[in-house]
Amino acid sequence: MSDIIKIKEEYINKLKDNLDLNNVNQLKSELFGKSGIISNEFKKMGSVSAEDRKKFASDLNSIKNELQILIEKRIQDIEINEINLKLQNEQVDVTLPERSFNRGKIHPVSQVIDEISSIFSEIGFSVQEGPDVENEYNNFTALNTPDNHPARDMHDTFYLDNKKEFLLRTHTSPVQVRTMLSSKPPFKIIAPGRTYRSDSDQTHAPMFHQVEGLHIDKNINMGHLKGCLNYFIKEFFEVDKIRMRFRPSHFPFTEPSAEVDIGYELKDGKIIIGEGDKWLEILGCGMVHPNVLKNVKVDTSKFQGYAFGMGIDRLAMLKYGINDLRAFFETDYRWLNHFGFDPLDVPSSYRGLSR
Amino acid sequence: MKFTINWLKEHLDTKYNEEKIINKLTNIGLEVESFESQSSEKDEFVIAKILNAEQHPNADRLRVCNVDIGREEIVKVVCGAPNAKKDLITVYAPPGAVIPKNQMKLSISKIRGVTSYGMLCSESELKLSDESEGITELSSKKYNNQIGKKFFKNNSPKTIDLSITPNRADCLGVRGVARDLAAAGAGKLKKFDDSKIKFKGSQKIKVKITKEKNQGCSVFGSCLIKGIKNTESPKWLKDKILSLGQKPISAIVDVTNYIMFDLNRPLHAYDADKIKEGIVVRNSKKGESFEALDNKKYTLKDNMCVISDKSGVLGLGGIIGGTRSGTELDTKNILLESAYFNPRSIRKTSKLLNIDTDAKFRFERGIDPNSIEEGLFKAARLIQKICGGEISRADVQKIETFKKIQIKFPITFFENITGFKVVEKEIIKILNDLGFVVKKKNNDLSLTVPSWRPDILLPIDIVEEIARIKGFDQIKTELPEKVRDRPTLNKQQKLFHFLQRSVASKGYYETVTWSFTDSKINKLFKEDMNEVEIINPISSNLNVLRSSIFSNLIIYLKKNLDRGFKDISLFEIGPIFNGNKPGQQKIVLAAIRSGKVSRHNWIEKERFVDVFDAKRDAIQSLVEAGFDQNKLYINDKAPSYYHPGKSGSIYLNKNENNPVVYFGEIHPNILKKIDVKTEALVCIEIYLDNIKETSKKLKDQKNQYQYSDYQKSERDFAFVIDKNFKVQDLINIISEVDKNLIRSVKVFDVYEGENIPSDKKSIALNVTIQSSEKTLKDEDLEKINQLIISTVESKSGAKIRS
Repeated sequence: MSDIIKIKEEYINKLKDNLDLNNVNQLKSELFGKSGIISNEFKKMGSVSAEDRKKFASDLNSIKNELQILIEKRIQDIEINEINLKLQNEQVDVTLPERSFNRGKIHPVSQVIDEISSIFSEIGFSVQEGPDVENEYNNFTALNTPDNHPARDMHDTFYLDNKKEFLLRTHTSPVQVRTMLSSKPPFKIIAPGRTYRSDSDQTHAPMFHQVEGLHIDKNINMGHLKGCLNYFIKEFFEVDKIRMRFRPSHFPFTEPSAEVDIGYELKDGKIIIGEGDKWLEILGCGMVHPNVLKNVKVDTSKFQGYAFGMGIDRLAMLKYGINDLRAFFETDYRWLNHFGFDPLDVPSSYRGLSR
Repeated sequence: MKFTINWLKEHLDTKYNEEKIINKLTNIGLEVESFESQSSEKDEFVIAKILNAEQHPNADRLRVCNVDIGREEIVKVVCGAPNAKKDLITVYAPPGAVIPKNQMKLSISKIRGVTSYGMLCSESELKLSDESEGITELSSKKYNNQIGKKFFKNNSPKTIDLSITPNRADCLGVRGVARDLAAAGAGKLKKFDDSKIKFKGSQKIKVKITKEKNQGCSVFGSCLIKGIKNTESPKWLKDKILSLGQKPISAIVDVTNYIMFDLNRPLHAYDADKIKEGIVVRNSKKGESFEALDNKKYTLKDNMCVISDKSGVLGLGGIIGGTRSGTELDTKNILLESAYFNPRSIRKTSKLLNIDTDAKFRFERGIDPNSIEEGLFKAARLIQKICGGEISRADVQKIETFKKIQIKFPITFFENITGFKVVEKEIIKILNDLGFVVKKKNNDLSLTVPSWRPDILLPIDIVEEIARIKGFDQIKTELPEKVRDRPTLNKQQKLFHFLQRSVASKGYYETVTWSFTDSKINKLFKEDMNEVEIINPISSNLNVLRSSIFSNLIIYLKKNLDRGFKDISLFEIGPIFNGNKPGQQKIVLAAIRSGKVSRHNWIEKERFVDVFDAKRDAIQSLVEAGFDQNKLYINDKAPSYYHPGKSGSIYLNKNENNPVVYFGEIHPNILKKIDVKTEALVCIEIYLDNIKETSKKLKDQKNQYQYSDYQKSERDFAFVIDKNFKVQDLINIISEVDKNLIRSVKVFDVYEGENIPSDKKSIALNVTIQSSEKTLKDEDLEKINQLIISTVESKSGAKIRS
């Protein structure tokens, strides 16, 4: 019995010395190895008299536990010490620049197209597209703009053949024609895309973007048109209230036709859309002309509806404070970086249209 | 369309003030572009303040003044006046202004070496007095807060400028505008002056309209006024012409112009003595020519409507008259013409000859065919009043009779379209006021359209008339229902959006460039595609539709390199064209990346961008867009504008015919031709149309979820193989040795050089082996190792490197 207490004290003392990890492991194996001191003591168990055996076992176990705990603690302390020692040499200047990363941008026109699509998606419009190259029929004639119509003068058209049969579409309205010819009413679509006019100065670009809207169904009237546009404008500019007025105008493919103005004010040279006392023309619209519906084989005794068209670039300029239309198409790296959007910034209704 | 409020009031009895009239016009669809005085030459003279006056460095008598003219920038003016001193308020004339005294036009000039922008004016120079000693002195008390304002009051009356839509020919005359305003409740349309004229004799010049195909004239009315004395117009008439922004010429010309703008009734006056043996209105013959009143000589084509006499063409009917029969101040007898020309014919002729006149503008939109005599007599009466003379009876030649249009209008149709109701009584009143003859039949209105409204043909046109007069503010706002019964985007559109944002997220800036480009650069990228020429390009370097997006991207890359950028990543997604017919276009995403990766980086080694950057961006984007990377197949074919040794194609799987991606470096010869100086340039093109729509959703394309918890083993191999042997094929050979066990094959080294024959390369691969059924034993692994080596060696001719 006294043997094992002696052993215990001896090793407790040894463990107090200045030891490294190897020394401690050495002590550990001296005690608990296959033929370690403690292990050997356990082997003696058989030779202890029956009456002493219980106490011997109990004492030996408690000494074993005590030493084991001491050794484990010692090992832990040494390890932590070693880590702490190492840490002192592992200081880096975290203010040094991080590893390089790439950050791309989405063009404002694309972002605004996505915003527009998201808004109209909520009220059941789907997105349709048409070719940039159109024939004269779809771009003009089918839209109630015959060859001798003065309204054709307003569209400075790029032609692709001498007969003037093929051209770059001057508006997105031919998508109406294609959509209605290729399926049956009801129709509820928007058609964003590139449009072209041979016009180039500070405020006109030979290529720009429009979005067309078309809703044909039973009993669709101008009230629905007004409601739809009112909803869109409010959502797009992310304002609660908007002053809006419909002004009679003329487009060959709609009747009655209207231009839509929205209220704005100037604050520190910036346009604030909403309730100011000035008017800004923003889009053209109207009820689809019966001649157009006839051209695309829609039964006008059953179906009627509205169409609208607006400039996407202009909407982007107004919403994001961009002054120069030409800059949209000039690929200036600085401009793209400044006005571009993060690719992860996908417009959606539940997350909010813009950040 | 321009007119003054007073002119309008000659036709309209109204209590409305200017502002109310302006608002009403806009509300009924006659958009007011502007309402201001015609600008005057004297507008440029502004009140200015001298901020300081310093001695001119090279001239004793001159001073250099800094002058506040009410704008952001201060102007510098050299002035010789002794009274030019600090704080003096005076009158400033900018470069371009004309000095009233001597009609001298100012320009920016250097005076003894100092540049002077404009001039400070004396009273004599402004014709205010004879005082020429010094510059004008204005009282600071009165003018101090008016710096920058116009010095001369513009007394000319304000002019309304309307932007008239092409359908509203009738509102190209003041009376038409007045009629619309009256219908909209702004007042009452005044009665027309139809006092009797004392005619003297008949119109003796014979007029004939030939009956032939494509005759552009259907009615030709005329009268003679004999014994007149042409003269300058009286002040009231001159003022009217000036308010239109035009210059008065003579009483006869001014009267015909006045009637055109007053009644929308173009007229033409001939010197009757210059007409040879009567007038024939006929189609022109190719090659005929005449000198027009714009002093240009026009050579005509076949079938243009001309007014002619025995000597030939006098003028183009409804477009422009000729000098040969023009009136002058000594003209004694005139023939006044009031005719109807077919809009289509007018439009065709004026387009061919490129002539635009006020008359042409009106005839092509449609003139009231019943206004022939009304216009003729109003003009004749005025000419007689101003110039004297005797008026003959009118002669009206007609080859066609105008039929009035009848429309049956169901009253309920209005509410069907507009969504709001207007009571029947009010509808009838509005239509009456607009000039319709209205008869009620059961629930319909039977309408006769006034002859001045050629735009009204259908019931829907009647809806618009009532709605605009009533006001579009009456339209209700029906809130849209938030219902979606079909998907917003189709699969191709989703792919478009996904790839767009996926590529952007790799660090590329999206740009949008023209769909057209410079054919010289396009040719470098067009391969065997047809080039689509634009017949009327805006400039010679934007003369074809693009066959590739690279032409524009590289043009703009160059501009950005010139701005000092080196590491540029750009992409565009949009159409390219291979024909001039609808549908001969494809959607392509093209991206370029130039310069270096990790330029000036303390932790990463900087390097040039290379073909494997491009390949990574392309493949990662395809994978993100939902395509299986393991199925992608790559070969080294690419269009000729790519570097032949550093480019390739990606196919969605080995069996596809068309690649979805090309990637690589641009051919150095092309960069040389376009003179692009960049350290490195790599590119990607993704052909969206070559990506076939899959019928299954992504979730349905996935295999069942399976995994193995048994131990993985990794083994490394190095093979020496022919230089030309593609690593992709080597990987495939290994993968197919045992698809159940071989989980991945990674290339971790490619080596050529010492210890390797010159026509060989060494490829080092790491293969992961795992069973889904058991933990593999050493002998299993050894077996598969041997199988890999033997299969590779037999299939590829490679040798394992020991």
